Amino acid sequence: MDAGLLAQYVMNGLMLGMMYALVAVGFTLFFGVLDVIKFSHGDVLTVGAFTALATFAGLRGIGIDYGPINLFAMLAVAILSMAALGMLIARLIVLPLRSAPALNVLLITLMLGTVLRESVRLFYPQGANPKPFPALLTQTSIDLGRFNLRLDNGLMLAAGVLIIIGLQVLLNRTKLGLAIRAVAQDEETARTMGINFTAVVLMTFAIGSALAAFAGVINGLYYNEINFSIGLYLGVIGFSAAIIGGLGSVYGAILGGFLFAGLQTIGTVVLPFASAYKDVFAFAVVIAIMAWRPTGLIQEKISERV
Amino acid sequence: MLLRSRTSTMLAVTLLAGTLVATAEAKDKVKVGFIGPLTGGVSVNGLGGRNSADLSVRLRNTDAKAKYEYELVVLDDECKPNVAVQVATKMAADNEIVAAATHYCSSTAIATVDTYHKFGLPVVVWGAVLPDITYRNKYAEVHRVNGTMINQNEANAELVTKLGYKTFAVIHDTTDYGKGHNQYFSEALAKKGGRIVGTFGVTADQQDFTAELTQIKALNPEVIYFGGLTPIGVRIRAQMDKLGIKAVFDGTSGIVSEAFIQGVGPLAEGVLAFREGAPTEKLPGGKFFMEKYTAQKYDNPPEAYGAFAFAAMDLILDTIEKVGPDRKKVIAEMASVKDRDSIVGKITFDDHGQNTVPIITKYVIQDGKFVEWDNSEYTSGKRKLPGQK
Repeated sequence: MDAGLLAQYVMNGLMLGMMYALVAVGFTLFFGVLDVIKFSHGDVLTVGAFTALATFAGLRGIGIDYGPINLFAMLAVAILSMAALGMLIARLIVLPLRSAPALNVLLITLMLGTVLRESVRLFYPQGANPKPFPALLTQTSIDLGRFNLRLDNGLMLAAGVLIIIGLQVLLNRTKLGLAIRAVAQDEETARTMGINFTAVVLMTFAIGSALAAFAGVINGLYYNEINFSIGLYLGVIGFSAAIIGGLGSVYGAILGGFLFAGLQTIGTVVLPFASAYKDVFAFAVVIAIMAWRPTGLIQEKISERV
Repeated sequence: MLLRSRTSTMLAVTLLAGTLVATAEAKDKVKVGFIGPLTGGVSVNGLGGRNSADLSVRLRNTDAKAKYEYELVVLDDECKPNVAVQVATKMAADNEIVAAATHYCSSTAIATVDTYHKFGLPVVVWGAVLPDITYRNKYAEVHRVNGTMINQNEANAELVTKLGYKTFAVIHDTTDYGKGHNQYFSEALAKKGGRIVGTFGVTADQQDFTAELTQIKALNPEVIYFGGLTPIGVRIRAQMDKLGIKAVFDGTSGIVSEAFIQGVGPLAEGVLAFREGAPTEKLPGGKFFMEKYTAQKYDNPPEAYGAFAFAAMDLILDTIEKVGPDRKKVIAEMASVKDRDSIVGKITFDDHGQNTVPIITKYVIQDGKFVEWDNSEYTSGKRKLPGQK
């Protein structure tokens, strides 16, 4: 295989991996602080992407049509409103069910995901059709033999990496991060140390959902097309990625996201049989990894499982 | 035993009384059905079909000469086989529904033929193109007014090879519909001497095609043939551009939809597509149909198969007018449909209930519209497809 082609596969895999990682980090954050699995996460991503698209249409409607401004506004509106939606979900659905079995939260958020998805389909104008997403970044591309390096992909990848680094800094270097980690480790001790538990949980859900909104916009910019079901698939993969990485570990989620994208790419390229089986291959490898390391590749430092 | 016979006597009396009351009214009410994808990725086609069937019923109800008053029962198959079997069973089990115009998606149409056969509900398929729907079994209940995908793929292979293209990559979805397209296109292309450099089966809800397309890029075909429906067609066309693939995008009847053009925007230019039958405006009754359709002020356009849905429903209503609202009689009558005038031209059912429509329309997208290939600027030489000689 020539170098150009290989570079193209690596680039495709990295873009895909970054989106998976952003979704997986959300799953792992929610699990970290509350030990819950919030299955509506993928659909929050969809709503975020559609919010951005609606913002774009709105701005165009009032005559603002300058790429950078539109993009900034779309990101801001999508991220802030999804952060608010995340807090709302935590406040109204997840927190009240804290003493109920974890399965209840899983089921209820699964249903909430359906509600969000169907709402987009039914209430967004012509929501059942695939929607073109504006290409707001530079369309310049450099042809390097068989490798078509698009500058916008580079920008998106850089933005994704920055966001992930930013999240690390937030978790490890700030007071809020310290509080989140404290709650994740031991809720009761954290409370006795004067940490406002509810506020920390709400902030965590806001951060996770904001990441989903960001991933949704990146998804739109990358594929130039969004539809009401993007979140369903990304949600399942993000969840699996968080699990193979080790639920509760941010690094694990990132690793899991890129690993999954790598498996899918390998599944299409290297395997001799039809590419329709790439997901079968990727998920089969995930099952094998789970059998080998039941708690994921990177385990939580303090595990409650004895 | 005594009780049962008494009950049936009572039932008979009630029925008789009912009939008497009914004849006293102006017209008997007769229910007919429509099934199509009203939600989901291809819903525009389903809604266009529903509106067209609805138009046929409305026009008939305003006709003073009609013997019955018709009521259209509409169900949504979501283009999903499992949902389709449920709604088909619901419709077929309702004895008040005499006949139905059913299905746009091949995957749903093929999944439901057994149901219609089992319950004895006569149906006329209005949009699905998989040959097996009429040809796998010989069910007297199942008919189809539109042609099959065999014809369109032959026309497709003929056009692209005539344009001088020699190498092709095939992407198809792995439903019966996509697999059928792959099979018939590959067969037709082999006869014309084209070479397929790679075939890729993809799931019908896949989002990312960059891995497949990168492989295709390495194979460097002149044409990418796509056997599937609008939603993933939009994604593949958009992602081809992302990877800098310049090949011709050669689609099927599955992408003949306004939603495809809206979904891909300017990238739709120069995309090829094929459909059975003549374009609506060229059909014998096309002008009449479009006038009536516009007059009803529906929210959606009739789309590619609206005229067929209208013709299917019209045929059903004609048959009921002739033999009365009885499923068995309708089935018997439909078996003898020959050279019947309709807005899509003459309808003749063969022994499998398949209309033998010889015409295929070739389309190219030009300036955001499906234009007939022969009238397009690509034929006149004003524009050129990538690599067109």
